[in-house]
Amino acid sequence: MSYLVFLSDIIIPLTAFSIIVYGVLQGVSVYDAFLEGAKEGLLAVWQILPALIGLLTAVALLRAGGVTEALADLLSPVCQLLHFPSELLPLALVRLVSSSAAIGILTDIFSVFGPDSFLGRCASVMMCSTETVFYTMSVYFLSVGIKNSRHTLLCALCANLCGVAASCWLVAAVFGK
Amino acid sequence: MLNLLWAVFCIVGIACGILNGRAAELTQAVLDGGKEAVELAFTMAGILAMWSGILKIGERAGLMDALAKKLSPLLHLLFPDIPPSHPARRYIAANFAANFLGLGWAATPAGLNAIQAMQSLNREKDRASNAMCMFLVINMSSLQLITVNIIAYRSQYGSASPAEITALGIAATCVSTLSGILAVKLLERRW
Repeated sequence: MSYLVFLSDIIIPLTAFSIIVYGVLQGVSVYDAFLEGAKEGLLAVWQILPALIGLLTAVALLRAGGVTEALADLLSPVCQLLHFPSELLPLALVRLVSSSAAIGILTDIFSVFGPDSFLGRCASVMMCSTETVFYTMSVYFLSVGIKNSRHTLLCALCANLCGVAASCWLVAAVFGK
Repeated sequence: MLNLLWAVFCIVGIACGILNGRAAELTQAVLDGGKEAVELAFTMAGILAMWSGILKIGERAGLMDALAKKLSPLLHLLFPDIPPSHPARRYIAANFAANFLGLGWAATPAGLNAIQAMQSLNREKDRASNAMCMFLVINMSSLQLITVNIIAYRSQYGSASPAEITALGIAATCVSTLSGILAVKLLERRW
């Protein structure tokens, strides 16, 4: 499965290369476009900074108070049954509710276990393959006045669960535990 | 929702810490949390700005319209209830294309247009149609192919190879999206 690692390394430079070449061929003033996009990117970081400060502090408090360990201990029998690392459980749950709060937990996992550990890699892949469910659903359905959402929530939760399971399995298969 | 979550995090954390006799650690957490966030934002700013710039070139070059055109056979398969010439198709394609490229801010407006267009085809106005359920589940199963911000976080925390998880992320995203589509197809007749 080492070609997956190779693919990961090549995919970003290759994407950048293709987009720039395509832009030049289409006659876009590429540097002007780049500057405008970069400005938007900086603005986006600036806008999420307050949320980042608030949530990273909240997660730091949870860890300092010993809550995350207590929760992981409490749920470890269930996780063991499913062969799921209990340290990742808070991330999997919070990810459904809030993307920025999940980032707080993710960076916490990175600083405790390291981004290149089994848990760090699992957490990274999990973040790539899941999405905030409750927020997205309420925004979209509220905007057109839908009250009966039918099977949407169940299917979305199922998709996220499969994403989480696939993340851990893939990381274990490619990088080992 | 987030207000409640944030309050619960802080209150439970502080209360537990005091009960566990960890007041000093709590103080340190308050001092470090903000510092860590600002350091993180600095690393992210560079990587995100760079990537947004590249993607802007793609957007200007009409990459999104081209992608949307390529997606049309797929849309036919996923949304058989929406007629081919209906504007909902175009909005859905734009939403998917923006999601693939990780342009969250471009995906949401297109998505809202799409669901409005789908509502015009919906017979029972307060009950989600099959097309809406499919569209939302796909949106909530993550479509993004390159998650630049995760790579940025990994590099900030000293990863030797921050981008090494990209292909795995794409593979896991495919699993979550396909299982979501499958679940919708199985349940939409019974619900």
